[in-house]
Amino acid sequence: MVESHIAKTLEDALKTLNSGKFRIVAGGTDMLIQNRSHTGMPIGYKDNVVYINLINELDYIKEDEDNVYIGATTRLETILKSENAPKILKNIIHEMAGPGIRHTATLAGNIANASPAGDSLVGLYVLDASIKCQSVDNTRIVKIKDFIQGVRKIDLKSNEMITEVMIPKYDFSRFVFKKVAPRLSDAISKLSFVGAIRIEDNEVKDLRMALGAVYMTVLRKEDIESKYIGQSIGELKNNIELIIEDYNSFIKPIDDQRSNKEYRKQVALNLIKDFIMKS
Amino acid sequence: MTEIKFKLNGKEQTLNTDPNRRLLDVLREDFKLTGSKEGCGEGECGACSVLLNKQIVNSCSVPLANVDGQDIVTIEGFSKTKEYQVIKDSFATAGGVQCGFCTPGMIIATQSLLNTKPRPNDYEIKIGLSGNLCRCTGYNLIIKSVKLAAKDGDGLW
Ligand SMILES: Cc1cc2nc3c(=O)[nH]c(=O)nc-3n(C[C@H](O)[C@H](O)[C@H](O)COP(=O)(O)OP(=O)(O)OC[C@H]3O[C@@H](n4cnc5c(N)ncnc54)[C@H](O)[C@@H]3O)c2cc1C
Ligand code: FES
Ligand code: FES
Repeated sequence: MVESHIAKTLEDALKTLNSGKFRIVAGGTDMLIQNRSHTGMPIGYKDNVVYINLINELDYIKEDEDNVYIGATTRLETILKSENAPKILKNIIHEMAGPGIRHTATLAGNIANASPAGDSLVGLYVLDASIKCQSVDNTRIVKIKDFIQGVRKIDLKSNEMITEVMIPKYDFSRFVFKKVAPRLSDAISKLSFVGAIRIEDNEVKDLRMALGAVYMTVLRKEDIESKYIGQSIGELKNNIELIIEDYNSFIKPIDDQRSNKEYRKQVALNLIKDFIMKS
Repeated sequence: MTEIKFKLNGKEQTLNTDPNRRLLDVLREDFKLTGSKEGCGEGECGACSVLLNKQIVNSCSVPLANVDGQDIVTIEGFSKTKEYQVIKDSFATAGGVQCGFCTPGMIIATQSLLNTKPRPNDYEIKIGLSGNLCRCTGYNLIIKSVKLAAKDGDGLW
């Protein structure tokens, strides 16, 4: 029989993780479905589990001059209602699930789930977020793009957990989030897109774009973005065909029951085009 | 087996059970509170909605472990409140109920919404009910019901 432990302090959770092989359950909204058993039966976890959602000390949103810090047990709905969470992230969470799920599900859970369709990831890539991973004897901070290694693959040791998400503060002139899904909230994205741009005196000072569900991980190409930084906004728009060409070869969606790949690729390129041309 | 304590409809309860059980099953089987329904069992339909610390959650998607020390109110407990009377009457008046399967969940969603936004506009109502599916009414009558509840119960929330 699998063992389950309810941790109410960070120390307890880390000690438990250090004592054997445990899977982490936060809100459990992904874990439950992945381990679903019959009605009336306990959730069919294959490994021991440690429950962390009742650790109050990790339920916070803090900020200093440079960053916003979101604790691992902060619920999606708390982030949505907070004054200091980044707007891009709030726009994304607004379109994730319904209030019932958002009241228990966490941002850290969405990240650790590492689904190519995980909606928060596109935002966190564009915002250059970092993940704080803690174990009994170590704390390290990893960039989101390094933390996510593939479909359901993350850079997390078995005795570690995510304790915090750090997001640098940044003012964009404009950003958009687009989610292409059959029904807005309660649906898994066929495709998602975040574009963000900072324009000063008609010059592109910063340009960032990320696409979800068109590749194994979120697609963000900083080398492409940097080619267009420093151009005037007019030049940027004149270069739209080049930009599309730059991204074309990197968008390699897979066919699945949600959508076919030609459709996804076309929509992805249209979203990029639309974002640039309206900037 | 783990000892789980929580407040259920205002009363402290202690259970010695598997913390990996779903809150929905514990409510329906151990407490015979069958107002929370199982529709999809996957967090999509809202038929299983209950209030956790006054906020709507899908009890089919909540492991019992996550309610240890918390406050749960089901439709049965909520039906003893003044707020319930107002919401129930407005659903009846505005035609927000047909077969009734979604209704306990809709009422819980309405309470959770009005608790944070006592005077919601149409858009806020749609967001507040976005996790609850109804196969019968086409939603417009439910939105009307929520508006009526907010109006009739003005000051309660
Ligand atoms: C009806 C419904 C609708 C949904 N809609 C959306 C949607 O629109 N967009 C979307 O992206 N997702 C959606 N989801 C998926 C899910 O709700 C989110 O991914 C959610 O953010 C997961 O958070 P959680 O706390 O419930 O994670 P859990 O299920 O508890 O955990 C998910 C994974 O993360 C790990 N984990 C959790 N916390 C930590 C931690 N602190 N450190 C290390 N590992 C950790 C777990 O071990 C597990 O592998 C939906 C789910 C449902 C049921
Ligand atoms: S039964 Fe819980 S949401 Fe459908
Ligand atoms: S009244 Fe029948 S499902 Fe809503």
